[in-house]
Amino acid sequence: MLIKKPDDIKGSEITDRRVYLSRRNFMRGAALAATTAATGLLYRRLLAPDVQPVNPPGTPAPDAQAGAKQWGLPGDAATPYKDITSFNNFYEFGTDKYSPARRAQALVTKPWTVSVEGLVNKPKVFDVDELTRLFPPEDRIYRFRCVEGWSMVIPWLGFSLGELIKSVEPQGNAKYVAFETANDKKNRGIPQTDALSWPYVEGLRLDEALHPLATLAVGIYGEPLLPQNGAPIRLVVPWKYGFKNIKSVVRIKLIERMPSTTWVAEVPSVYGFFSNVNPSVDVLRDQATEERIGEWGRRKTLPFNGYADEVAGLYDGMDLSYYR
Amino acid sequence: MKDIKFYKLALFVNALVPLALLGWDWRRGQLGASPLNFVTRTTGTLTLVFLVLTLAVTPLRKWTGAQWLVRLRRMVGLYAFFYGSLHFLCYVWFDKAFDISGIAQDVARRWFILVGFLAFTSMVPLAVTSTDKMIKRLGGKRWQKLHRLTYLSAAAGVFHYYLLVKSDIRKPVGFAIVVGVLLGYRLFASYSKRGPKAQPLSLTTPPRGKA
Repeated sequence: MLIKKPDDIKGSEITDRRVYLSRRNFMRGAALAATTAATGLLYRRLLAPDVQPVNPPGTPAPDAQAGAKQWGLPGDAATPYKDITSFNNFYEFGTDKYSPARRAQALVTKPWTVSVEGLVNKPKVFDVDELTRLFPPEDRIYRFRCVEGWSMVIPWLGFSLGELIKSVEPQGNAKYVAFETANDKKNRGIPQTDALSWPYVEGLRLDEALHPLATLAVGIYGEPLLPQNGAPIRLVVPWKYGFKNIKSVVRIKLIERMPSTTWVAEVPSVYGFFSNVNPSVDVLRDQATEERIGEWGRRKTLPFNGYADEVAGLYDGMDLSYYR
Repeated sequence: MKDIKFYKLALFVNALVPLALLGWDWRRGQLGASPLNFVTRTTGTLTLVFLVLTLAVTPLRKWTGAQWLVRLRRMVGLYAFFYGSLHFLCYVWFDKAFDISGIAQDVARRWFILVGFLAFTSMVPLAVTSTDKMIKRLGGKRWQKLHRLTYLSAAAGVFHYYLLVKSDIRKPVGFAIVVGVLLGYRLFASYSKRGPKAQPLSLTTPPRGKA
């Protein structure tokens, strides 16, 4: 059968099949590019890490300066400053690892006082500058082990908590030390989120607090602490999990009874008051190994985070699988 | 809406974008202090995203009448399995260094590992039976029944996420709500007689028309 072409469309006006197909392919290419870009943006917005290493303004990181001193322990190189200052747990400023580096910049750290009070003969409110005058800080390079299964080696700048406690003369019935983080939205810029109950509180037994390894830190790599690391003063107890190392401390109180502590109150079935690093006791997860930040693969976790020789004696006669 | 081949291509490419960016960021050292942890978390989240997308296909199809959506579902499901496998590999490799007895202990001792393991393993038969051949071999009814394992996988996946976060449960709860709505829809549709009846549809690739 013969099909007659309609007269009103000239043969020359009919789009060539190849042109038609190439236009179609062009549209497909454009659609593919557009959706891919949109998916990429969505991924960037929702899932990619927002990592912002914060160095002291205008200076290279203290471990990256020309002729910088070599930090670290034998077999334990110090963790890069950019990792220590960008990968943080500071739940007041967000619950993911990278938001404290950004959001904690709102923390107002000057002026800052620490009240040392409770069962002591000479309670006193110290200005932070006064504390560093009275107890000159020194470089203290310690391993830091988070209960989430990662660890760092951090060159702290700090002094022994015990020196401060002895200076206020503890009374005989003081058995524990309770610590409190600042929790002031108006004056300190600390957001009131519902991630945990505030203020963040922690505690030590008095003999733990008096141990020379228990440190009040005011700096890292010789530089003053940045807000995300707990500026201007924070606790460092290297043989315990990271969450015991309370940040931005405003109150230290000597008391008779074991104090409530934030994570124990939050999940009593998981956390215990002592929270000594212990590879043979599960807390939250299997604690036998750890990811050393900056290393590929995992290391074996050491009892008391490698400080057993110094501190194991504090727990003589205690069943450490019970007293977690 | 007949350009199904192109839609499949677009889906295939788009679903690889997160993986490509993950690799790119890793190379540039932009995954933060703990790249291993980040890759593990992100592949886990992507698994949930793709599981949610597979579950969204049927409601969307009924809602919009866009029947062709169902023909993209297999690829979405296989991507869920793909990202799930990467996530599982991250755990086995980075966390456990291929220590089989350590993994077995972990599965037995830790709830969130057990639940995650269940979510992953229940995807395995689905991936295996995803070919046209297997659909024919099982028969549509039995195949559909088997593939309801997706519900279990998604629910277990979300529960796994909920169990592993320390205190900020907003994201797992968000996923739980979405999965809850998508599963609730199915419950509602199956009990409500007035609910929209699924139109018969061919799950396999239709025979090519004669050109």
